[in-house]
Amino acid sequence: MSVNSEAVGRSYGPFEPYEVTRVKIREFADAVDAFSGAHRDVAVARAEGYADVVAPTTFAVVIAQQAEFHVVTDPEVGVDFSRVVHAEERFTHVRPLVAGDVVMTTVHIDAIKQRAGISMVTTRSEMVDLDGAPVSTVVSTLAVRETQDEGETQ
Amino acid sequence: MTESTSPSFAGLEVGQVVAEREIALTRASLVRYAGASGDFNPIHYNDVVAVEVGLPGVIAHGMLTMGVAASVVEEWGGAGNVSDFQVRFTRPIPVPNPGEATVSVTARIGALDEERRTARVDLTVQHGDVKVLGKAQALVDCA
Repeated sequence: MSVNSEAVGRSYGPFEPYEVTRVKIREFADAVDAFSGAHRDVAVARAEGYADVVAPTTFAVVIAQQAEFHVVTDPEVGVDFSRVVHAEERFTHVRPLVAGDVVMTTVHIDAIKQRAGISMVTTRSEMVDLDGAPVSTVVSTLAVRETQDEGETQ
Repeated sequence: MTESTSPSFAGLEVGQVVAEREIALTRASLVRYAGASGDFNPIHYNDVVAVEVGLPGVIAHGMLTMGVAASVVEEWGGAGNVSDFQVRFTRPIPVPNPGEATVSVTARIGALDEERRTARVDLTVQHGDVKVLGKAQALVDCA
């Protein structure tokens, strides 16, 4: 099985709005050793100028990976998820996410490049608030090994 | 960004190390990250599955490595002040059971933009002598 390069340009969503919560921010901050009180304590976050506790830099991946799931499970795209490794990731934030934010995400397939038995699939998740104002962009590239390739992984 | 936590732009120099940290990753770290992120790919907790797909064993989530690297930048730059962060995942980090895999993160000023008052922070992220992230660059808003 190989990835269908004609899927470039497809987009999915927007999906059900994602509500950013204090508990999830704290849980994620604990998992990535982000020690700042601004991830945990509303008073600290407000003293730093935020409306509520602020998400760590890579928190948006929680939302983006849910959106990307629609790409990797689309049979017309043809990604075998058991043969996927993560190749590249980029976050661009217009502003940091804070608890209480509700964001809508649309994911676009920006590129599919095939070389030497590997397909590089690049998706771009665009997150906007309920007024449509941009919040964050997450660009992710997955390397998908073709099924017949039994060579070493990365 | 907020003024109160942004690092001062004045006095920064290209090449300057602004933060460094060593992180010990264990199987517990991986389980915790899986739960926090929602990434339950079994290669991050199941040795049998990991070996079946050609890995040496369970490996850390690339996004866990990127996340802890971001936390090192934030420790200097302040929470919420990293406006852009990109990496390439160049090598996996096998996490033994029992035991731990040590990851070292060094954050250096890579470039300064006086007009925008931003600092590009270049990260060196290694597991032993092996670089596990490539082109790891974060943009920090300064005051």
